[in-house]
Formats: sequence, C-alpha cells, structure tokens
Amino acid sequence: MQKFLLQGLLRSALTEQAPTPDAASMAELGYTLERTARAKLGRSLSIREVDAGSCNGCELEIHALNNAYYDLERFGIRFVASPRHADVLLVTGPVTKNMREALERTYAATPDPKWVIAVGDCAFDGGVFCGSYACIGAVAKVVPVDLHIRGCPPDPTTLLKGLIAFVDNMQ
Amino acid sequence: MNFASKQTAAQPSRPTCLPWPREVVDRAGWLAMVESLAKGERALLSLWGESSCVHMALLEQREPPLRIVTLECPDGAFPSVGRLHPPASRLERAIHDLYGLKPEGASDQRPWLDHGRWGVRQPCGARQEIDTTCDRYEFLRAEGEPLHQIPVGPVHAGIIEPGHFRFSANGETVVRLEERLGFAHKGIDQLMSGASIERAAQIAARVSGDSTVAYSLAFAQAIEAAFDVNVPPRAIYLRALMAELERLANHFGDIGGICNDAAFSLMQAHCNLVRERILREAASAFGHRLMMDRITPGGTLVDLKPESATALYAMTDWIALMTPRLIALFGDTTSLQDRTVGTGFVSEALVKQYACGGYVGRASGRAFDARKAIGYAPYPHLAFEVGASNEGDVDARVWVRFDEIRASLKIVRQILDETPEGPIIAAWALPDDWTREGAALVEGFRGDIFVWLRMRADGVVQRCHLRDPSWFQWPLLEAAIKDNIVADFPLCNKSFNCSYSGHDL
Repeated sequence: MQKFLLQGLLRSALTEQAPTPDAASMAELGYTLERTARAKLGRSLSIREVDAGSCNGCELEIHALNNAYYDLERFGIRFVASPRHADVLLVTGPVTKNMREALERTYAATPDPKWVIAVGDCAFDGGVFCGSYACIGAVAKVVPVDLHIRGCPPDPTTLLKGLIAFVDNMQ
Repeated sequence: MNFASKQTAAQPSRPTCLPWPREVVDRAGWLAMVESLAKGERALLSLWGESSCVHMALLEQREPPLRIVTLECPDGAFPSVGRLHPPASRLERAIHDLYGLKPEGASDQRPWLDHGRWGVRQPCGARQEIDTTCDRYEFLRAEGEPLHQIPVGPVHAGIIEPGHFRFSANGETVVRLEERLGFAHKGIDQLMSGASIERAAQIAARVSGDSTVAYSLAFAQAIEAAFDVNVPPRAIYLRALMAELERLANHFGDIGGICNDAAFSLMQAHCNLVRERILREAASAFGHRLMMDRITPGGTLVDLKPESATALYAMTDWIALMTPRLIALFGDTTSLQDRTVGTGFVSEALVKQYACGGYVGRASGRAFDARKAIGYAPYPHLAFEVGASNEGDVDARVWVRFDEIRASLKIVRQILDETPEGPIIAAWALPDDWTREGAALVEGFRGDIFVWLRMRADGVVQRCHLRDPSWFQWPLLEAAIKDNIVADFPLCNKSFNCSYSGHDL
C-alpha cells in the first residue's frame, strides 16, 4: 500500500492533465460549472441517482464520473445516498411500471428546490423499450424533467456537459 | 444486411433446434427429467414458456452437452420442476406471471415479476386486462422473540439497480434474507416477439448493459446456428476480443467495488483507472465505450484498424504491469482480508445444485465455463486457464476474478497476434424458409448466458428467450449472507454482482 501512496504523492494527478482536446475543453467547462453552481446553490450540488429500470448501462457511465479522470467532486457535485439530501434527481431507464411508485416517492422525499435530470435515451422516450406493457416510457410522464441528457448510454463527458448546461439554465 | 423485405409462405417447421436438438416429451418424460435433475444427474440451464408449452434446457454430462426438452401443456399447466429441484422455482413463477402456465404442485406459488402494476395479467399468454393495483406480497417468515426486519430498496443508497431486500436479523446477525425482484421488468419477452432481427439484436444488447457484448454475441450465435451461417474467421476473433475487453473492464470494476464496500477506496480508485482506460480504448477501437451494437448476426459491424491493434497491445502491456501491483495491494492489506476472508460463504453442493456459473460458481468449486465446456470459436484455438477456488467466500470471488483477468489478458494478446485478415461479416443468402430455431450458450463476465429463439415464417422473431446467469446466482446470495452481519451485506452483494435488469427482463 505504501508504494501506491508514495506514487500518488510523487506522480502528478491523472485528472485533466493529459493534453487531449477533450481534457482541455472539460477543464474549461468544469470551471464554468463550479462557478455557476456556487452562484446558484451557494456551495454544491447534491445528486441522488434513481434507476427506474435501466439496463445498467447508464449507471456504469454515471459511476465513471467519480473516477480520477473525471473526478466530478472537484466541481462541488457529489452523489448522495438519500433523496433527503439531494438537490437533483438523476433518473435513468424507461420507468418500468414496477418502479413508478418508487420514483414518485423518491421525488416526493426530495426537498424543494429540486430538479430532475433524465439520463439516457430510455429516460427520454422509452428507447428500445418503447411500447412495452411494462414500461411507462419517458421520465417526464411521471415527474417533471428539467433536462434530458441523451445517449445510449451517454459517455461521462456528455454527462458532464449536460450537468453544466443544467446549472447554466437553472431557474 | 436487409432482413426486412423477405416474405415467404409458411412451411412446416423443422423438427429440431440447432446446434442442439429439441425434443418433445410427454408428461412421463418430463417427470423423469425433473427427477434426474433432483438427483444431480444433469443440471438445469433454463426453463421457459410459450403460449401453450414449456421448454427446459439441460446440461448433460455426455455429448451433446446441451439438450432441450419440450412439454405441450394444452390445459395450461405443467408438472412443477421446482417442486423437486428448487433452482427452477423462480423461473416457474416468472412463467406463470408472463404466460399463465401453472406449475402443478409448486411449493411457492407467489408471483415473481408481476407486482400487479402492469394493468394486465399474463401479458404474453391469455391477456387479462386488470385495474392496476399493487399486489400484497407475503415475505417468508422468520420467527423468534429477538428478530427484527430491515426492508431495503427498491431504491438503494448507491448508484445501482433497483431491487428489494428483506432482512430478518437477530441483532447484527442476518437470520434470513429474502429478495424481491422484478422492479426492472421491461417486458422484453413480448418486445422480442414480432421484432425484426435488427430490432431484436438491439433489444438483446440492452438486456443487461454491463454484458452488452456477451448478449449480442449470444443472440448472434443463436441466429447463426438457426440459419447455419458461417461467420468469417476475422469476425470470430474480433467478437472474442470485444467479449474479453468487456470481461476485463467489468472484473476491474467489480474488484474495486468490492474493496470499496469494505471501505478500502484506494483499491477502487486504481481499479477504476484500469477500467476507464479499457473503455477508452474500446471506444477508440470500436466506436463505443461499452461496445454496444457492434456485433451483429453474421459478423461484426466494425473492423479493427492496425493502429487500434497497436494501442490495444500497449494497453495489455500496461494492465499486465498494473495487475500484480493490484494483487499485492489486495493480498497484503490485512485489514481488507479481515473483511473478505470467510465472509459470504457458498458451498460447493449449492453451486452445483443451482448450476451456478461465472465467478460465483468457480469460487466454490464448480469449474464450468462455456468458453471451455461448449468451446465455441475461437476459444478452442486459444490457450487459457479458467479461474478456480474451493473457498467459496468473498475473498475467493475476488481471487477468481484476478485469475480471469490474467486469462483474459492472455487471450487478448493471442487474439491480437492471430486475428486473420478477411471480411468481417458473412454474406449469407436469405433463406426460403424462415422458420428456424437456434440456441447459444456464451460466457459473459458474470457467467453463462443462454439464448434460445425461434424465427417465424415471415422473417421476424417468434419467441426469444434470454436467460441471464443471475437467475441461478441471486438465490445463492440469500444463502451466502446467512449468519453474516448486516454490515457485510454490501460486500457479499458486490462480490456476486448479480444483474437486476438481466434477471427481471
């Protein structure tokens, strides 16, 4: 373990240092996000993720936001364990009928002011599961949605850009 | 390839399924199979329904390795398999929920996927419209003075899929865990019926997002078996390359996640770096981080460029360097071992009874791996060892994953060395008769994925059954957590990492 810790001290951070065009634009966008989130919410943005029946693809990419390359927390955005602590619900999936009530109750448990971001093509219109007896389809049919981040699944950079667009347009 | 335009008159269906035969048995034949399952003479691979018959896929100890039997049930009932062979129980409950076929004599007749919320009963059988309700669900009882219940889910604290866990605990010790699943049920059986091959392939790729390559491969192999398509060698190697990249990415993610659930986030931070690098290389080589929709019946949709192959060589070198360091970090951290060793034990007898695949089975002494047992191309031409352990605890499930990482690295290098040049998709003639049946068994990172499908004369899927490995792993998680403390549940759960979506369909 000492080796890893020592390396961590000696080596420069992986985050954002790679001079790829993506990384450069992300650093810039990250700065915007930090400023606007602070202006609007004072401190930080807390996100509660709700899987409303997705295939788990969106969750994998949302998870990736926490790795050292994207390191979402440096922008003051973090995932929280309870809707009671959340400003934003990040909802994925074609909202299965078996998950509808759970989603509604999670929304009701989130204190105002609150926002909903629908992630992925399924959350937008049901995606490939559109028309099933077991799915409602768009998240917007169940709870009011403030922003859609499209993709199947959206990659972490797209997610990050979407979050930035969201704070920029927050009422 | 254009599948849509072909229209042919209905012809009598071929009697058998490819590559493994399907035989229709009578009631006595069915019961004999059930008894042999209960005796452990063969293993249950899957059990699924259609409007008026049930099918059972069996793993044999002799050639052919796989056998499919069918029982017609004109009166809407069939002799329960779960009555004598418990691994079939949830599959039967799902058949009853979706097709309305009743398992006679089943000990557990509660609904499974149907929570009463669809507005319809038996959506794939004799549909009955109902008012949407919420069915009351009786959890199994655990009785005793000091016991209390802890309900968890379907919305969990982490970024994970939905499901409900009901713990009965005595202080900190779990006396009984009962799972209630079905929250991610999307009606895939019904969506598949009547879908074109292209659309069905898209749905199959989204049964379980973490196994999208494996599902696409299994679906493609079933179609190719049904229509006797010869996939070009280059495509076979590229598919295996994608499958191994998926396996590597998931195993690193899992190992990191397990350690994080034991509060050792350093390991997760480093494992996720490896995972991210794999996904980035996958995106640059194949155009999608999870490699979704890259495999199609007949071949692959993208070719591997020489520069991508070079980048993948470099990546495997780097992972081969990182892996021993991560192994040392895991193995040398005694506080972590304290959490993983002896936790969440599953016995060999149980994994064999449940024919439990993947790292869960292999960590408890069941060596089954479809890449070896079925030996689909190109794996018979590649040298690799599957992971194995007899310890059966969380620790063993981590070590088996490390073994598989080493095996996959070896496979990836061999594929990069040996991939032949040539076309990446088969030019197969549209058949005169679309009525075919095919099956496939493919090793995903989580275990063996079984697919059976029948095409209709007019060129669409009539019925496609996709069986996730989680069907036989979820019940064992209930056994694994027994007598452990509640706080070790996330650790046990992550060491299984069962799919909710793949199971709920």
